[in-house]
Amino acid sequence: MSSTANNVNGTTSSSNGTVNGTARGAALTLDQARRYARHIILPEVGSVGQRKLLAAKVLLIGAGGLGSPAALYLAAAGVGTLGIVDYDTVDLSNLHRQIIHGHHNIGRPKVDSVRERLADVNPDVEVVTFNEPISSANALDIIRDFDVVVNGSDNFPTRYLVNDACYLLGKPLVDGTLFRFEGRANVFLPGQGCYRCLFPAPPPPGAVPSCAEAGVLGAMCGVIGTIQAVETVKLLLDLGEPLVNRLLLFDSLTMEFREVKIPRDPDCPLCGDNPTIHELIDYEAFCGAPVTALG
Amino acid sequence: MANLRVPAMLRSSVGGERVVNADGATLRELIEDVEKRHPGFAGQLLETDGAQRRFVNIYINDEDVRYLKGLDTPVDAGAVVSILPAVAGGR
Repeated sequence: MSSTANNVNGTTSSSNGTVNGTARGAALTLDQARRYARHIILPEVGSVGQRKLLAAKVLLIGAGGLGSPAALYLAAAGVGTLGIVDYDTVDLSNLHRQIIHGHHNIGRPKVDSVRERLADVNPDVEVVTFNEPISSANALDIIRDFDVVVNGSDNFPTRYLVNDACYLLGKPLVDGTLFRFEGRANVFLPGQGCYRCLFPAPPPPGAVPSCAEAGVLGAMCGVIGTIQAVETVKLLLDLGEPLVNRLLLFDSLTMEFREVKIPRDPDCPLCGDNPTIHELIDYEAFCGAPVTALG
Repeated sequence: MANLRVPAMLRSSVGGERVVNADGATLRELIEDVEKRHPGFAGQLLETDGAQRRFVNIYINDEDVRYLKGLDTPVDAGAVVSILPAVAGGR
């Protein structure tokens, strides 16, 4: 599978997507034409775009607050393959915001809960699960076959790991974060800046509280996770202006959206002019903290 | 006079305010001005040697000061200064 990142960058196209605007995937069935009718009627999507989505492969890092709405909307949109990386189990304290999981799933692996729910949302979607921690040992293998990565992790080692792996593999990364009543979202395209350009170094362990420590408004996850789904669909269909080189800031208390710029750092050790990082590193050592649960 | 927008994570260091006003010709002077009224505020943004912390971004209007002149970046009257610490939460 060739990378949709290349589509985004306008240099080539997906081997199972389109070439010169002609869909190469299977023709839509009658049921699919009905299911996706409100997509297909959009001139910017159409039958060709819908077939692109059905041929696309998107990986979600974490099936939690951000991963839940993102997975639901991407599945409903007909993204043909959704990968889910999460080794956590569903806990009662997840359910005020992780809307993909139900009460009856408490105690079950999140990836099983996601697989069941998405099969009901859209049987067109193949769900590929990774019930394991993502690490330097497996990240490249997990990410390699996907077109776009959606980040819903909740710790710094995983954020730097996923950033580096996506850059090294040339994959677009749709990022999102939450904190109390505030959220952020942006897109990193390889060669146009990365998470290290935004935050050159992680905070010392314990300096920044997690959502578990600081709390998060449940519906905030829906706002940011849904923005991530929108950005992913835009990337897959090469639509509009993705959140590249700009960080979207949302404050739910003032219901205010703002943006700040994310320039590419020419001195970035990963994506700069003279990079020093050419392979994945030890991210726990880099961040001085163990990787905790995802999503 | 510039407006400093303080994120939720750092509001306790400025008495819970979302926005604080500050005077100064440069970002460094602005931070020093807030520090006079809210001792401990500067320590949230700066290392002990006075350098900007690498996990706390500061923007003047929408520009990251790391890509301008850092703490010596001039601040025009009426500018909006935003502070963005790194956060990792996604769950």
